[in-house]
Amino acid sequence: MTERRLLLGNEAIARGLVENGCAVATSYPGTPASEILAAVASFQKENKLTMHTQWAINEKIAFEIAYAGCQTGLRTAVAMKQVGLIVASDPLMSAAYMGVKGGFIVISADDPGPISSQTEQDSRLMAMMARIPALDPDTPFQAKEMIALAYEISENFKTPVMLRPTTRVCHSRQDVALEKIMQLEREVKFEKDPSRWAATPRFRFHLHNEVEEKLAAIARHKPTEPVCLNPEVKSTRAIISSGVAAAHTKEILKELNLWQTIPFYQVLQPFPLHTDFIAHWIETYEEILVIEEPMAVIEMQLADRHRVQGKVSNTVPSVGELYPENIEEIIGKFTGKKTKKLAIPFAGGRRPTLCAGCPHRASFYAIKKAARGGIFTSDIGCYTLGLNLGAVDTVLCMGAAVSQASGFYHAHKNEEKRPDIVATIGDSTFFHAGIPALIDAVVQNVKFVLVILDNRTTAMTGSQPTPTSGVGAGGEPLETVDIAALVRGCGVKYCKESNPYNFKEFSARMKEAVKYSRETGPAVVISRYPCVIDLARKGEAAEPIPITITDDCDGCAYCIKQFECPALIYHDENEDEKYTTVDPILCIGCGVCLNVCPKGAIVIKED
Amino acid sequence: MTEPIMQQLIISGVGGQGILFVTRLLAEAAIKKGLPVFTSETHGMAQRGGTVLSHFKVGDFSSPLIRPKQADGLLVLKAENIAVHKNFLKSNGWAIANGEHDGKQAAEIPVHNIDADSLAQEIGNPQAANLIVLGFALAKAGKIKAKQGKLFCTMTDIKSVLRNRFGKNKKMLEASLKALEAGYET
Repeated sequence: MTERRLLLGNEAIARGLVENGCAVATSYPGTPASEILAAVASFQKENKLTMHTQWAINEKIAFEIAYAGCQTGLRTAVAMKQVGLIVASDPLMSAAYMGVKGGFIVISADDPGPISSQTEQDSRLMAMMARIPALDPDTPFQAKEMIALAYEISENFKTPVMLRPTTRVCHSRQDVALEKIMQLEREVKFEKDPSRWAATPRFRFHLHNEVEEKLAAIARHKPTEPVCLNPEVKSTRAIISSGVAAAHTKEILKELNLWQTIPFYQVLQPFPLHTDFIAHWIETYEEILVIEEPMAVIEMQLADRHRVQGKVSNTVPSVGELYPENIEEIIGKFTGKKTKKLAIPFAGGRRPTLCAGCPHRASFYAIKKAARGGIFTSDIGCYTLGLNLGAVDTVLCMGAAVSQASGFYHAHKNEEKRPDIVATIGDSTFFHAGIPALIDAVVQNVKFVLVILDNRTTAMTGSQPTPTSGVGAGGEPLETVDIAALVRGCGVKYCKESNPYNFKEFSARMKEAVKYSRETGPAVVISRYPCVIDLARKGEAAEPIPITITDDCDGCAYCIKQFECPALIYHDENEDEKYTTVDPILCIGCGVCLNVCPKGAIVIKED
Repeated sequence: MTEPIMQQLIISGVGGQGILFVTRLLAEAAIKKGLPVFTSETHGMAQRGGTVLSHFKVGDFSSPLIRPKQADGLLVLKAENIAVHKNFLKSNGWAIANGEHDGKQAAEIPVHNIDADSLAQEIGNPQAANLIVLGFALAKAGKIKAKQGKLFCTMTDIKSVLRNRFGKNKKMLEASLKALEAGYET
């Protein structure tokens, strides 16, 4: 009997890769795609598979490594979040023209909502721009099935293929049947063909021709045709959907007793949309409703627009995740079926916050004190939450903490009074996109401080290793890169390392760095202490310092506003008696708050 | 013939409480019983101390999410979440909450409360409030009628899942079973 295992959507995708003979898998972590590569590595270990799996330094590099693998005839894949695809878009555009030898899948996970991203961009539009097909799975089960389909199309038509799951597919779990793992044992052979692999613009014209021919053929490819899920139903109107929206729609149509009255089509390949299907609906139906997210990719490819309802016609909202209750309401309006308008009120809940004991909190507190009134540029990672402490003013994209600091400096440098500028960036993000920006800042002698928050991991996405970790995706030992040497190699003359838990020393270091940056040039402080979640997981957490708050606390709430540790609980139920206490369950005893209270009320608890 | 099992549960709390772990135990119990299962969860930034919400569905469902007024039961690891998440519950659904909540928040729905945080401290396992709440739910929602959304699995099912998970780690297994029972006996 085949084993049925509870798999996260991302694990189902990983399983699909190993079942279909993927020999090279690469990724850079990013929610909601982070678990894919880790799961490939774990299936590799479990089944002793011969393959290469790796976390790359960024998505562009991950893409290029996996792409070269397919140029040798192997089946390969690269996984990332939608924002990462933009970083990898340079090789994506070009690889689409050059085509593939072995099958190559680009997995780009979208995040309608957005739940954990900067934007609600649609990777299917990137597929359209790059001129490659995109598949859109509705469940973990279908995501796994689509990997086989994607390799088949990729090798048949010699093109990269995109698999575009969304957060609800990536982060739902389903019981999925495990099938046999295929080891293809292909010959690894790179055949030189400079007119393709190193094509100059003149040859690119021919390659573009090929791409358009491939797309026209893929738009007639039977296995990925839209499927009518209730083919016996006849009507003048129909509903078309793809991805998780199709999964919601299917369930809702059944519950509203519409399954027998309204034809429902699921699109498996939103781009290129099948030519025959476009003709079919025009002949068969007077009006159709298209439900998809986050953008109107299927809808845009449908001709005869006045008969199409969707995002463009404002029938389906263009912003935010399509919850099943929204879809129920839209279907109700389209079919004339009465539905109750129901919604979970948006109540915000608790805002995310840096963990109790997080070393970033100590760094931010010291940064604020060292550069009062300064401009604080920051970046993508847990430390974005330095916002809560008022120590983060800007978050643009990966690596922009450094280049925006340069930008703010150049904008202010001819002014009489120039604010201090302190940029914060995590270790993983610094490697990803911070290094070129730092070299630029050195060359331009930008007067700012860069604090590299080196917690030895990619914490936000679930503790993936960084180039300083010395381990790979499967826990195998790897080489390491020394951040301080790298910073000095970029030409930075002031570079000091300090532990933010040694708060007094760290604060002094910050003040010194700010002074240096005012007078001389770029200064870098490497704030080094491991992520406390990681330490706890490894059983290496430091001995806790027991903390208590004395009667000297007058309820001024300075610690709550300025330090914002979730283990400090503020009591203001009674107007005359406000005070702070320590939550003994949340507090990990880092002891940094001993430096915070202006009244000296936070102290070590004596037995 | 009995009706096929179709059950929808909402499990909510804040980051770090082990919401995903409870969801996972229930899902594994479903698989052991040969039932199709579908869950949906929050990852990434939302996990850092923010509100965490799990959707859990057993039976022939195609969507990973639960619509308002469709859940048979509500397991709330932070009672303050009742105010918002009660909207997922059917009119005759059940709710289990850890801690005290404002009576107004729960208006119209009967809530079984348990002080799992104190209980967890008492049994010397402050991280185990999630299992205590699960044990309590197994006791309360295991005894009601099928029509009122009787929980699809039993104490025995969950214990067997825990044994599978912690087979080699006797210490973890015992601590987990102890917490589960502490909730069940309350």
